[in-house]
Amino acid sequence: MPSSPFKSIGALWRRLTSRGPVVVAIFALVLGLVVGAIVIITTSPVILSAWRGIFHGWTAPGHALKVTFDNVGAAYRTMFTGSVIDPQGFWHSLTTGKSWSTTLTPISETLTYATPLVIASIGVGIAFQTGIFNIGANGQAILGGVLGAAVGSLLHMPTVAHIPLTLVAGVAGGMLVGLVPGVLKAYTGAHEVIVTLMLNYVINGVLYLSLFSTALQLPNQSNDVSRTMDPSAQLAPIFGTASGLRVNYGLFVAIAVVAFAWWFLERSSLGFDFRVTGANPHAARASGINARTVIIVVFVISGGLAGLAGIVQAAGTTHFIDGGFLIGNAGIGFTAITVALLGRNRPMGIVWASLLFAALGVGGRAMQAATGIPLDLATIIQSAVVLFVATPVLVTEIFRLRTTSTSAVQLATQGWGS
Amino acid sequence: MRLELRGITKRFGSFTANNKIDLTVEPGQIHCLLGENGAGKSTLMNVLFGLLHADEGEILIDGEPVRFANSGDAVRRGIGMVHQHFMLVPVFTVAENVVLGFEPTKSFNRLDYRRASEEIREVSRTFNLEVDPDAVIEGLPVGLQQRVEILKALTHDAELLILDEPTAVLTPQEIDALMAIMRSLAAAGKSILFITHKLKEVRAVADVITIIRQGQVVGSAEPTATEAELASLMVGRDVNLVVHKEERTPGENVIEIRDLVVRDDRGLAAVNGVSLDVRAGEIVALAGVQGNGQTELVEALAGMRPIESGTVTLRGRDVTNASPRHILDAGLGHIPEDRQRNGLVLSMSVADNLILNTPRRTPFARRGTRNLAAVETNAAEQVKNFDIRTGSIDDPVASLSGGNQQKVIVARELSRPLSALVASQPTRGLDVGSIEYVHRQIVKERNEGLGVLIVSSELDEVLALGDRIAVMHAGKISGVVDPSTSRENIGLLMAGASEVGAGA
Repeated sequence: MPSSPFKSIGALWRRLTSRGPVVVAIFALVLGLVVGAIVIITTSPVILSAWRGIFHGWTAPGHALKVTFDNVGAAYRTMFTGSVIDPQGFWHSLTTGKSWSTTLTPISETLTYATPLVIASIGVGIAFQTGIFNIGANGQAILGGVLGAAVGSLLHMPTVAHIPLTLVAGVAGGMLVGLVPGVLKAYTGAHEVIVTLMLNYVINGVLYLSLFSTALQLPNQSNDVSRTMDPSAQLAPIFGTASGLRVNYGLFVAIAVVAFAWWFLERSSLGFDFRVTGANPHAARASGINARTVIIVVFVISGGLAGLAGIVQAAGTTHFIDGGFLIGNAGIGFTAITVALLGRNRPMGIVWASLLFAALGVGGRAMQAATGIPLDLATIIQSAVVLFVATPVLVTEIFRLRTTSTSAVQLATQGWGS
Repeated sequence: MRLELRGITKRFGSFTANNKIDLTVEPGQIHCLLGENGAGKSTLMNVLFGLLHADEGEILIDGEPVRFANSGDAVRRGIGMVHQHFMLVPVFTVAENVVLGFEPTKSFNRLDYRRASEEIREVSRTFNLEVDPDAVIEGLPVGLQQRVEILKALTHDAELLILDEPTAVLTPQEIDALMAIMRSLAAAGKSILFITHKLKEVRAVADVITIIRQGQVVGSAEPTATEAELASLMVGRDVNLVVHKEERTPGENVIEIRDLVVRDDRGLAAVNGVSLDVRAGEIVALAGVQGNGQTELVEALAGMRPIESGTVTLRGRDVTNASPRHILDAGLGHIPEDRQRNGLVLSMSVADNLILNTPRRTPFARRGTRNLAAVETNAAEQVKNFDIRTGSIDDPVASLSGGNQQKVIVARELSRPLSALVASQPTRGLDVGSIEYVHRQIVKERNEGLGVLIVSSELDEVLALGDRIAVMHAGKISGVVDPSTSRENIGLLMAGASEVGAGA
């Protein structure tokens, strides 16, 4: 029987209103934007004075409403055009063939920011799936950046050897930092959250030490800035330096990491051990899985990926490291924790979550420049989205999404029928 | 209280969990609701307790129709429920748990702890339910925790008590104590709705028995009915309660345990010098009251607990203090006591659970990459061979009934090459149909020459399956006897009498 369009639309609606993880994430984004709008309304002087005007008889309610919509709309519009694409510019480029680099800059920036974030988040996500809370991804990323930058600036060789060696150095740096909590947990039971969290501070110290060392510090400088990495060690812009688009070959490294993570978790025997350990450590032990090995290996992999994220950031974007490398707002190791949670620790989920976070960050900057609304709004939206995802009950209640529990009961009991 | 359910129907989507159920409980009556796992007993009780709402039908209390919006309404109308999994705060005292939500207070809203304790003492005296109100819940044995639940219901003036599978977690002694409590409560005029799938208990305690199957009342019975009659009503076909075993001469030793000493979590020698042999083609049943070291013994055999001294040999290979991996590879099959904790990963699929301890064996993986096609082929085969009732092999194992979850473990262990099998409480919490099935599988393996060690606190199971019965008491084997030994003598051994004294 051919399926009627009504049937498929009905199915689509049911899919949209059933609380699968993807659906919850989309609705959480909508709620996050609503929260952002409330923040804009209650803090924007223009909007507030328009509403105050009603009480003083200066403005009509309709006007106040219009001011509100205009301002909130402008904020979100600039956020979108600043992080994805400006439809007008796109049309212009398409018809005239000109100014492609201006048109593509927003999406290029978003991809540039998302690249190391995807890699680090996958590292954190694999650990989460194993039941390990690697809060130290930032420190692991920093040491990855330091070792990678050292190899990239102090050794000199052709590109074919230099780039792989630089990336390997980054991975090794992350693994080294990851190994510490791994070994401590496996052999002494030390809690990984405390150890990794504290190690972040140690690594911050290592970063400054190395930046003031004669070997790595930029010669004739007293600032905490490293030497610039050799061009042969840099991940070049995909469209060439002349294009002005910063998106670089690190993107392909990220894609390779996503593919590896998918294979590892879904298809590899070791990944199966990891998932069993994460879901039920007792059953894992009874099934002959060696918990020590799993703990150490997961920290090596997770740390290695964080280190890779650090060196991809340095080799792809900045080409040197300084005292602000991955510290504070740029701490991708911390953002990675939120992104992994938002992406439910699954490779493709993490890709979408990273793109969202990168777009909100990049778009927030464009919005700040265009409307004067501070960049912090992007952070508020990011946090709100994560909060709403973390509390799916709230989202399903607000949107009255139908629960899938009845169908679960059906499935559970089908086997008993007649 | 006189409770009447009329035509209760509850549907989940297209599935009808309860279909026009009629049930009447008279004051002072112990009414048994008997049915297999998944028959709809718990759904019906949740409807009665206000946790679910019936699609059709009505509930009458003393002839008056009532509607419960939530469980609070049900409690106010005098219905108390003791859940299968206790709803107690482990770090609180008995008194604190009992008054939780209805705390008596002094001035300035301070908790009146003394009054709470006195109230509890009074209720315990009235109904002969001895509990120390100041004891902390987590320090109490399971039987006493259950008593606290009952006490809690009684302090809230319950006239009708719903007991949902109350014996699943109890030792034989605790079950006897519970039965006595139920009888005295009924004598005091309370009505009791007792939900179970255990035939022996039903016959021991019930005034009236209602049997439900696939959501419908299929009949009622007198407590004088035989177990076989009740079982066939419950399952819908004749059930063979006697396990058929053919004569077999045991072969050489497959498991040799010598002078084993194993410590429990508190550092005490829970297994204190046990020596035991299991031969090929025989079932050795390890009987004993729970907590006499059986759990620790099995954990030590499976490599999950360090062995202090002594040796374990498996088919001539020394596996003392070997890793679980090593022991699995040496061919020891293990059906763990706590299947949801140690035997399964509930969130993973039936297919993955069926290869949980052999994921790297050919053909399930090659050079570190899993072969999902082979995993699925294997799952389809096992689901068919072992009659595992599941919607799909990709469904999480959590969606299966307890009996089918156990079948997944049995299928997994018996489908790989074994040199011996250790099964710990293999039928705990299972319905009659599944028990029969698991028993048949184990006996089949024994007939084919496998050596089996069964640990069970159910004497019926021990007597039905064992070719030899070893009784464990206080960490030692107090006797190894023939299955023709009388229950009384085995009981004496379980209580710690020596073999000679028991006259075996």
